[in-house]
Amino acid sequence: MLTININGSDRSVDVDPATPLLWVLRDTIGLTGTKFGCGMALCGACTVHLDGQPVRACVTPVSAVGTAKVTTIEGLSADRSHPVQKAWIELDVPQCGYCQSGQIMSATALLAANPQPTDTDIDAAMSGNICRCGTYQRIRAAIHRAAELAAKEQS
Amino acid sequence: MNAQPGRNALSRRTFLKSGAIGIGGLVLAIDITGCSKRGAKSAAGEITTTNAWLSIGTDNSIHFLCDRSEMGQGVYTGLVTLLAEELEVDPRRIGVEFAPVGAAYTNALLGGQVTGGSTSVRDAWDKLRIAGAQAREMLKAAAASEWKTTASTCRVENGEVVSSFGKRFTYGELAAAAARLPVPADIKLKDARDFRWIGKSSTRLDTPAKVDGSAIYGIDVRLPGMLYASLAMPPMLGGKVRSFDDAAARAMPGVQGVVATSTGIAVVADSWWHALQARNALKVEWDGSASAALNDGSILRGLKQAAAANGIVARKDGDADAALAGAARVVRAEYQLPMLAHATLEPQVCTADVRADGCDIYVPTQTQGAAQAAAARAAGLQPGQVNIHTTFLGGGFGRRLDVDFIPAAVEASKAIGKPVKLLWTREDDTTHDVYRPPAYDTVAGGFDRDGKLVAWKLHLTGPSITARVFPGAVPPGGVDPFSVEAASNYPYDVPNVLVDWVPHEVGLDVGYWRSVSHALNCFVAESFMDELALAAGQDPAAFRRTLLAKQPRYLGVLEVALRHSGYGKNEPGRFRGVAVMEGYGTYMAQVAEISLVDGKAKVHRIVCAVDCGQAVNPTIVVAQVESAILFGLSATLWGEINVQGGRVQQSNFHDYRVVRMNEVPVIETHLVASDESPGGIGEPATALVAPALCNAIYAATRRRLRSLPLTRHNLA
Repeated sequence: MLTININGSDRSVDVDPATPLLWVLRDTIGLTGTKFGCGMALCGACTVHLDGQPVRACVTPVSAVGTAKVTTIEGLSADRSHPVQKAWIELDVPQCGYCQSGQIMSATALLAANPQPTDTDIDAAMSGNICRCGTYQRIRAAIHRAAELAAKEQS
Repeated sequence: MNAQPGRNALSRRTFLKSGAIGIGGLVLAIDITGCSKRGAKSAAGEITTTNAWLSIGTDNSIHFLCDRSEMGQGVYTGLVTLLAEELEVDPRRIGVEFAPVGAAYTNALLGGQVTGGSTSVRDAWDKLRIAGAQAREMLKAAAASEWKTTASTCRVENGEVVSSFGKRFTYGELAAAAARLPVPADIKLKDARDFRWIGKSSTRLDTPAKVDGSAIYGIDVRLPGMLYASLAMPPMLGGKVRSFDDAAARAMPGVQGVVATSTGIAVVADSWWHALQARNALKVEWDGSASAALNDGSILRGLKQAAAANGIVARKDGDADAALAGAARVVRAEYQLPMLAHATLEPQVCTADVRADGCDIYVPTQTQGAAQAAAARAAGLQPGQVNIHTTFLGGGFGRRLDVDFIPAAVEASKAIGKPVKLLWTREDDTTHDVYRPPAYDTVAGGFDRDGKLVAWKLHLTGPSITARVFPGAVPPGGVDPFSVEAASNYPYDVPNVLVDWVPHEVGLDVGYWRSVSHALNCFVAESFMDELALAAGQDPAAFRRTLLAKQPRYLGVLEVALRHSGYGKNEPGRFRGVAVMEGYGTYMAQVAEISLVDGKAKVHRIVCAVDCGQAVNPTIVVAQVESAILFGLSATLWGEINVQGGRVQQSNFHDYRVVRMNEVPVIETHLVASDESPGGIGEPATALVAPALCNAIYAATRRRLRSLPLTRHNLA
């Protein structure tokens, strides 16, 4: 039995410690917002935060989580009120939407570390997240917009 | 339960059989007389199903059954907008969920309940507006009857009928009575200038669920007692299981069973991770003899040999062969295109719950009727015993027009006696796709003594997708219309035109891939158009302009793209190429702008001018153009599926590359205002990227690239 903190709650799970965090989140706990795309940390669809840092849950054994706090898309806000979610809605970013949980988790981690990212910063932080629908141009705009929204919230 | 993909659970209770009434030359599937289901109770109160798409609760809640699959292209928003416009209700007030299988939901442009071919809005344009208008008129008539007046004295606003004295009924109060009235035959649709929602950009209705993780895709379905499966499929094309030993797999943690299905060996476990680990412990001896000799070289040789024959004629103006024979100057070229995978980000997945008396299938599919038929065959049931629950699709691009991933889930569920979710790995998905067909094409143009282009002949060779997916649909000696797109509609003013096509099977399953043969043929036709322009000593844009003088919609988009792109501007180190096309009733021109960096083309900007007729939601139209361009760009830069010894060589995103954030050029989309009926928008922009880009590369390097992807060519 392992205990991990997910979205602010301690959850005990009875799984093989080698199981990737992704499948514990999706199949054991039922948090299906985090997606499976490649299984090799190539596409970013499974991005979650460990203590605020973006990680690919498909290659992170659940045993490696330890006491780190896991945040998934479901834990970002209760009401889509995170500035990144607001910007995503305002600019209508998603198409099929399948990659967007991962995109949003990568973007929130970027903005937490770098509140006013440049396009180059965005390229560096986001190029691990594939969007097969090609929403990149809107993601870029939405990250800049989220930075504005977050700055306003803090002022 | 969280297996319901839509926002609520109305549809399964309220859906009913539909008759068909011909109206205005269309077959409008609508259900009113004698079929209204009242008495269904829910939080919405009593619910009345007004027609096949619309149901209204006594609490005035309104629900729309979306009969096309949402794979990113925006039908979840666009289709409800059509109905809402005539119903006079803000689309954002209407709850949307996905429709079950039903005759009412046949796509008249494709002959089945199918989402594809960029047809959804074109098919629905009149149908759903008429359905909304009929419902509106019936609601007015019901109110008028209560008020002892005539419907013509009543008006509608925001989900209410209002009398000339200002009395009001909500639609919810009227729906039950309205549904008993005859369907009005004489419907006047709104004039475009009166549209409140059509043509206006509004945010997508599915966006909120896609930013908080709540949207349910195929992979997210969870049913009580559900198990998970991973499928060991033959590692070679057309392979079979010779024998297998599952003793080690069965001993693995969580394993509930191993099922030999028609498409592979399914390992069923209490989690997908357990299923995958146990699958990897299977010992299987495969029979790969069917495809052992199949490889890239044999496929291309076969195409070239087949191309020696005359093809089936798809377009014939004048006598191109004679005109070429008599031409003062002839230009000829060969082009070749690779196979491609779809690489939907959500791998193929299906959840099946098979019981003795029926079966429920939860699946991201583009083809509900075929999914139902495939599941019924696999389960040994009648199609009517199979319910299809369509989830959101994590990408479609034509991949989910095939149902090859459904039977194994059904067979596993039937064998185990529990609901089973069967999910492919990325590697399964890349190596078991239905690939975009390869192509080998020859093309020729002939000039007369005055330098006028008098003949154009395109000779296409490749496999027919339609013959495989819809057996019998392409008659012997007939043309697969999905093989000659962007060829048979050759727009240039040339007196002698011949397009012919040699169907040639290549020994593997080919599938519809975003824009289908447009992406093959537009590359050839528009690259060669530049070759002809340069042979004639003309600027490629000017050459096209002259030959499109009688084609106002082509000319319109060409001029807009040229103007916004700065085509013809002399900027050192920057090079531009142009392409034009009509596909799906939409006219497009693209200009690609590149520079050369370390012997490679760096794409800076793609400008796309679009005349798609009436845009239902311009924001979504622009998004689809951006999306299609990047889909085409990935293919042009890197896209290639290789086969050696019957085995697909690519497996995951490291060797099947797609564009990433740092590789995206600026994309500018310019919509040309039009009051023509809507054209399709999900696909066409894909097809122009390769020719526009290769024409820019020619401008930069004087090298003509007649095969793709660009990684085959060293430009240094």
